[in-house]
Amino acid sequence: MKPAPFVHHAPRTVPEAVAVLAQVGHDGKVLAGGQSLVPLLSMRLVTPGHLVDIGGVAGLDAVEVDEAGVRVGALVRHAGLERHAEAADALPLLRQAVRHVAHPAIRTRGTTVGSVAHADPAGEMPAVLALCRGTVEVAGPRGGREVAAADLFTGPMETTLEPDELAVAVRFERFPAGTRTAFAESARRRGDYALAGVALAVTLAGEEVTAARASFVSVTPVPDVLDLTPVLAGLALPELPAGEVAELVRGHVDPESDIHAPAEYRRMLAAELTVRALRGLRDEARAGAA
Amino acid sequence: MSTRQVGEKVQRREDPRLLTGNGRFVDDLGRGALHAAFVRSPHAHARILDIDIGDAWELEGVEAVYTWEDLPGRVAEPLPVLIPHPALTHPRTGYCLATQEVNHVGEAVVMVVARDRYLAEDACARIRVDYEPLPPVVGIPAAREAARLVHDDVPGNVAATLLQEVGDLESAMAAAPHRLTLDLAVERSASTPLEGRGVLARWDTDDGSLRLYSSTQTSTGLRAAVAAKLGLPLAKVEVVTPDVGGGFGVKIVHPWPEEVLVPWAARVLGHDVKWTEDRREHFVSAAHERGQLQEVTVGFDDEGHLLALDVRFWHDNGAYTPYGIIVPIITATQLLGPYKPGAYRVEFWSLYTNTVLVTPYRGAGRPQGCFAMERTMDAIAARLGLDRAEVRSRNFIQPEEMPYDQGLMFQDGRPLKYDSGDFPASLAALKALVGWEDFEGYRAEAERAGRRVGLGIGCYVEGTGVGPYEGGHVHVETDGRVNVATGLTTQGQGHQTVLAQVVADELGVRLEDVHVTTGDTRAMPYAVGTFASRGAVMSGNAVALAARVVRAKALRIAADALEVSPDDLEIADGVVSVRGAPGTAVDLGTVAVLANPLRYAFDTAAQAATQFAGTFDPQRPPVAEDDEPGLEGRDFYSPTQATFANGMHAAVVETDPVTAEVRILRYCVVHDCGVMVNPMIVEGQVHGGVAQGVGGALYERMVYDEGGQLLNASFMDFLMPYASEVPHVETDHLETPSPLNPLGLKGAGEAGTIPVSAVIASAIEDAEGIPIRSMPISPPELWALRQQHAAGTVTAQEGPS
Repeated sequence: MKPAPFVHHAPRTVPEAVAVLAQVGHDGKVLAGGQSLVPLLSMRLVTPGHLVDIGGVAGLDAVEVDEAGVRVGALVRHAGLERHAEAADALPLLRQAVRHVAHPAIRTRGTTVGSVAHADPAGEMPAVLALCRGTVEVAGPRGGREVAAADLFTGPMETTLEPDELAVAVRFERFPAGTRTAFAESARRRGDYALAGVALAVTLAGEEVTAARASFVSVTPVPDVLDLTPVLAGLALPELPAGEVAELVRGHVDPESDIHAPAEYRRMLAAELTVRALRGLRDEARAGAA
Repeated sequence: MSTRQVGEKVQRREDPRLLTGNGRFVDDLGRGALHAAFVRSPHAHARILDIDIGDAWELEGVEAVYTWEDLPGRVAEPLPVLIPHPALTHPRTGYCLATQEVNHVGEAVVMVVARDRYLAEDACARIRVDYEPLPPVVGIPAAREAARLVHDDVPGNVAATLLQEVGDLESAMAAAPHRLTLDLAVERSASTPLEGRGVLARWDTDDGSLRLYSSTQTSTGLRAAVAAKLGLPLAKVEVVTPDVGGGFGVKIVHPWPEEVLVPWAARVLGHDVKWTEDRREHFVSAAHERGQLQEVTVGFDDEGHLLALDVRFWHDNGAYTPYGIIVPIITATQLLGPYKPGAYRVEFWSLYTNTVLVTPYRGAGRPQGCFAMERTMDAIAARLGLDRAEVRSRNFIQPEEMPYDQGLMFQDGRPLKYDSGDFPASLAALKALVGWEDFEGYRAEAERAGRRVGLGIGCYVEGTGVGPYEGGHVHVETDGRVNVATGLTTQGQGHQTVLAQVVADELGVRLEDVHVTTGDTRAMPYAVGTFASRGAVMSGNAVALAARVVRAKALRIAADALEVSPDDLEIADGVVSVRGAPGTAVDLGTVAVLANPLRYAFDTAAQAATQFAGTFDPQRPPVAEDDEPGLEGRDFYSPTQATFANGMHAAVVETDPVTAEVRILRYCVVHDCGVMVNPMIVEGQVHGGVAQGVGGALYERMVYDEGGQLLNASFMDFLMPYASEVPHVETDHLETPSPLNPLGLKGAGEAGTIPVSAVIASAIEDAEGIPIRSMPISPPELWALRQQHAAGTVTAQEGPS
């Protein structure tokens, strides 16, 4: 299990990186944390001729928090985001979710932006980005652009990023005031790819639900967002219509069967996790009110 | 006075070195060696039509490309059948490199040797093998049906069939008031040591000799096999086992094809050659275990006493049988556990499939046997409405019945005769530990909170420390350093600690002065290997016996020097002194000096042994006729039969009423391995064993598709449990010493693994009220099983037969 030969590029700036990508085109791969790419290389499941290693590119390692949200640079490791107190205050969902990304050793090297760009349906951070209506900042030979989450993911492991483009940061947007979030997933072993997972945001005005949305892990080809508002709006959380929520989730998700679980199990699990996450928010809201 | 070391929780002496990255594993050795890589079959079953090595040669740094055609003499012949058996009527083994036919995905076809592993793999990628795919046989039902054959000349895919019977099964069964039949299944798993296989060969052209470093469980076995294959005198082959990162059974198989090819290539190329197995190779070209289908029919009376037990099982032995039928023999014999079965008949069929071969993995057939017996016990209890522990208890062999002969032939070709154990006491300890009698209260409380919990139990007896022998060599140097050698290898168990403890006690020296070498044929050329929980039993007793030889010699020499009787002497902390007169003493280093009469003094201390030192009797030869120079001694331990350890486990599990996720809330072990040399290491062995057992119960399986492709050949998809999946293990120990060996030891290495699947199945069944007949079980499977039961689509599997 050793990679096939490749040329290693070590650009020092974003323009340099973009220039190399433009030059190597489809034969290039960006290497950041390497937690998905390196095993694929070692098993020769991918054999790019060029690796553009952005590890030495300056200015990509910052987490910035502002009124609008949290901006995460392309070299920020999951562990750095997990530990970032200001980011967790601004968007508790970030820490709630990133804790579920694999294991500490992997979070120490793997990057959040890399995880988004990889667009694995089993990834946690794409679901978070989708739920908070975030964007990806892209640099390319035609200049910079921003891609909204809704326009980014086109299929499993597929995005609208061009081969000559580099995702330099993702922006997670704050939820409206009064929003509570939760993240839940279930894996065969702790830290494995989830059989199903859910990110949840419920906005309350007083005790009343005004909006509720969910995005999913491992059970949808892309992390599109399910609007739960129709079944929850106007209700107080204690009046949770579990059956209706579950039915809505079961209708939304489109899981595949694999060696770890059949689609039907994953569908059930997604629904159950959503209901339990809602119950958790309810209990939290009660505890907050008490 | 020195403290007695045996029985103490001595810290493992290996750990500082291993935990600080100073271990030396095969892959750490051999800087500058050439690297081997293999082109392996992508087909489960195919004829090899043509091999085109193409331009693989043209890559700079590629030194050699070999196919079967290139192999000379015995290297080209099939690998040995290590353990022949009269019932193994159709043994088949593979070649070092496949010729004509491949019989499982992963079988080696071409070997490449290159400057580094990257290049070797690049070259492999350029080699084209033309195959004609043949229909594969995958899974026991297909093998049993035999519509297709793995080996054309093996009818029915049956490698072996063996029947053993004790008593008159048919009459006993017919007369039994109750009968049940259970159909059971156990999935495949594998040893999966974190360090895979690996071998480094160093050919010394000047000396015409070979030194082989291998990650093996048997250095002497490998040495003999490689010498035979390469046609070398044994004296010209050395096998050294460096640190080994786990074995768990798979590394007892030898020689692996790579262990023949790598030294052969080293000799041909006149250069060190190394091969380090990668994880994917380990999954598809090493070995698996466990896969069995079983059919148990049991006859019993109103009280749950066994009257007749009829077991038939089908064992998947994979593509080849280099290790014979040891695994199914162990299942057939160790199935009986601590029980008296009444009349017993067991018959198995060992079947070929186009999958990786099957050889012992920690537990080695016992987990399957235990599963069959313990599922049967629970089924009897359910049928009669009796307490599950009570049914077991009523069938126990009693302590006063020891030694107890089950009337069968065990895996060592000797009688299955239990030497020791107190099963009622073990059960009492387990019930106390887990709170057996209070469980219904706990269950009711959990139910009120909407939770579903269950309690499971499982008992086993494990034949450990099988022969034929192990040896010990103990050598005291002139500075008091004690070198101990035994030939069996170590894979992380802590042998350097426990064997030092034994020798420290036997010889009367400080632990820190004892240095243990294992698995090095230069230090101990006579040995068998590490398997069957035999390390402590065999080598522990062997080094004890060797230490006694040295002790006797030391006393004799010291008695001469001090002019007292040996009977008046004692040895403590490396000093021989006159009992009651501690001032009159000589240290063991000095005794070692005196034991080796010298002409030349190599240091000041050695001057005492030279000819003008006045330390000897001029009337006697410097070395007596019946003596040898040096303070050293060697002895061997060779038992007449195995010694039988036992244990009982209980678990409390919680199953999620909706998602069917299973959580182990408590895991309790009562364990009897006789005298514990180091209770901490015994506990560690039990914990590790339980961890692997949990893997087999809830997580691990080999997912072959119908074409014989292994779909989960990585640690991403083969779900070996993490620390987060392994429960805290609560342990209690009984120590009923074995009467069979000087130290009273019984093996502990495999114990933790054996009953786990049975125990977890028992607990899930108790929680769910649904019979659990197949392991492992995953949440999606339990979820599906619930639905089948709710829909009434599961037929009762235990109807009266």
